[in-house]
Amino acid sequence: MNFIRELLSNENKISENLKKIFWTVGTALFVIGVYGWYIRFVDGHLKANYGSIVTWGLWVAAYIYFIGLSAGSFLVSSLVYVFNFKKFERIGRLAVFTALVTLLMALLSIWADLGHMERAWHVMVFPNFKSPMAWMIYLYSIYMLLLIAEIYFLLRYDLVKEANDETIRGKLYRILSLGSKDLSEQSKTRDKKIVKILATIGIPIAILFHGGVGALFGVVAARPHWHSGLFPILFLLSALVSGGALLTLISSVFQEGWFKNKDVVVELGKMVLALLLLDVLFQFSEFLVAYRGGIPSHIAGYELVISGPYAWVFWGWQGFVGTVIPIFLLILPTRKSPRWVALAGLLIAAGIFGLRLNIVIPGLAVEEIHGLTSAIYSHRVDPNYFPSIPEWTLTFGIIGFGMILFGFGEFFLPKHEEKESAIVSQSKI
Amino acid sequence: MSEEIKEIEKETQHIGRDEFLSKLVKIGAGTLAATIVSNGMLGTASKLIAKSKNETPVKRKYHYGMVIDTRRCVGCRSCVLACKAENKTPPGVSYTVVFEEILENRPNDKPVFMTKPCFHCEHPPCTDVCPVSATYKREQDGIVVVDYDRCIGCRYCMTACPYSARWFDFGENYPAVEEKTPWAEVPSPEYKQFRKREHEKSPIGNVRKCTFCLHLQDEKGQYNKAEGRWPACAKTCTGKAIHFGDFNDPNSEVSVLLRERQYIRLKEELGTSPNVYYLL
Ligand code: SF4
Ligand code: SF4
Repeated sequence: MNFIRELLSNENKISENLKKIFWTVGTALFVIGVYGWYIRFVDGHLKANYGSIVTWGLWVAAYIYFIGLSAGSFLVSSLVYVFNFKKFERIGRLAVFTALVTLLMALLSIWADLGHMERAWHVMVFPNFKSPMAWMIYLYSIYMLLLIAEIYFLLRYDLVKEANDETIRGKLYRILSLGSKDLSEQSKTRDKKIVKILATIGIPIAILFHGGVGALFGVVAARPHWHSGLFPILFLLSALVSGGALLTLISSVFQEGWFKNKDVVVELGKMVLALLLLDVLFQFSEFLVAYRGGIPSHIAGYELVISGPYAWVFWGWQGFVGTVIPIFLLILPTRKSPRWVALAGLLIAAGIFGLRLNIVIPGLAVEEIHGLTSAIYSHRVDPNYFPSIPEWTLTFGIIGFGMILFGFGEFFLPKHEEKESAIVSQSKI
Repeated sequence: MSEEIKEIEKETQHIGRDEFLSKLVKIGAGTLAATIVSNGMLGTASKLIAKSKNETPVKRKYHYGMVIDTRRCVGCRSCVLACKAENKTPPGVSYTVVFEEILENRPNDKPVFMTKPCFHCEHPPCTDVCPVSATYKREQDGIVVVDYDRCIGCRYCMTACPYSARWFDFGENYPAVEEKTPWAEVPSPEYKQFRKREHEKSPIGNVRKCTFCLHLQDEKGQYNKAEGRWPACAKTCTGKAIHFGDFNDPNSEVSVLLRERQYIRLKEELGTSPNVYYLL
């Protein structure tokens, strides 16, 4: 307790300390992840705990979670670059970069989940456009290119400006600027225009692909838990909530933390609160229709959610930690303190992961035909699923990888406006 | 660069290995990597495309399906074993399973048994969702198959099948047929592909399912009960509960049974139109 108090007492040091925590956690997770990946490559799926009943597990949940973070933070960034929402301008770049990093994390998770990782390219060469999964793959690819292009044009001017430096940073900038030398005001406005166009194109793409992930689940008529017209929308909404929440956290740690970003954090907090309440409403509607509709197979999934063996994920994690506490933090006077808002962001972002788990697993964990799981004996035919250690560690590894990537990006890439001071304060660390 | 690749390929045919290697080193590791990757990928791609071309449309000649008599099924599970022996399926993969449903108000608590293979649905939801068209309904006889070389193992089809008829091969083995035992050398006749079970190689990492034992068809695509070329489960059924045949033939056993008896199909409301019927 004392340690934490000390950590938070010296205002100037807070962001530095938070960064230290960030790097330690990131590296630790990354190292843990090496084990998971090792097992994945050597043993394939042998050590994973999902089976032929619960056929998608932690990795798929992680995938839809990360992809949601990506879509969410991209859409927040588009508030700046498309709708000229000046308040968030300070974190615009950070948001786009977050979108790219979380997209990579998502792709890694789903890649690990494939039975044949070496065949991932089949999806580009043999697409079946009847399948929502094929739509998604094409939309991601466009989205990824678009993100990279947008980041390039967002940074180009600053990169070129500092590319003459003989430091590592200067050399890196020279490579990243892709040979552009143009420093005229004209080029600056041109870049701005391009960014606006890209960000505008990005909005429908982000909505389509994340809605598409929702559709991937929604179209499966065999799973009443997923088969709902609300699903694509619910996915988008949760994406916005989790993306916004993550950004409150990020902007209070990075880019000099919550002193400089106070307004952004508080403002983001308001937006996240509104979206979170809407999300709760949507979920409530899902429950209401299922229970009042009363079709047993439709209720079965929800029964598992609220009273199954993992009901604590719903009540404790997703409900109490991820929804109730943050709502209070964002309504009570704590809403004005970036510190508390950032904490709320952390809790919400973590809570949405519970929501993702509660989408994937209960949808699958009900017997499609009564008696199936007792008809043959095998641990692969079991409605109870809890991720194995290799599954957890691999997921942690992806989180660590994302954190490190983000940390480096944040460290090396030009900052918003006050570049000079930012770099100086960086070098102290 | 593709020029270079072609040249290398041409030359490899009549130059020595050393020369070839030194040439490669000159051209650079980058090209080498590109060659391997593109050759590998293009090779596989063209092979797979050619394969799907070979298998394209002949029009629907046969309409295979099953009629399962729940009154005759005694719950002995020989069909499950017969299928395992025929297709050499690993633990956790069971193309057919036998359900046991205790119905109230039946005398002596006699349960109803029901064996359930893949239903080879007329409108299979499993094939539509496959992102790479690795699973599809065969034009000629309506059997739903999985192309083991194309399937990426995403398991989307498993979520989409309303009857849990698909199984993921995790690579487990029964102790007696562990890798490197003589038994592991015996290939599975599935799809007439005769694959041996090897670490990480297809069908490990693929989704697997009942094929109506299509490897027992002759060139014309016909089965023959008298010759024993008949789905293993139907052949073995001790209670003679599993009837197999062609619904296109009005005189086949299955067509006759459907005319004469009362039947149901499972989850009709989903519009899948299964080709396996249950007699009551
Ligand atoms: S029973 Fe399932 S696997 Fe078989 S064809 Fe129908 S949907 Fe596909
Ligand atoms: S597991 Fe294979 S057959 Fe099934 S949907 Fe994925 S790629 Fe297609």
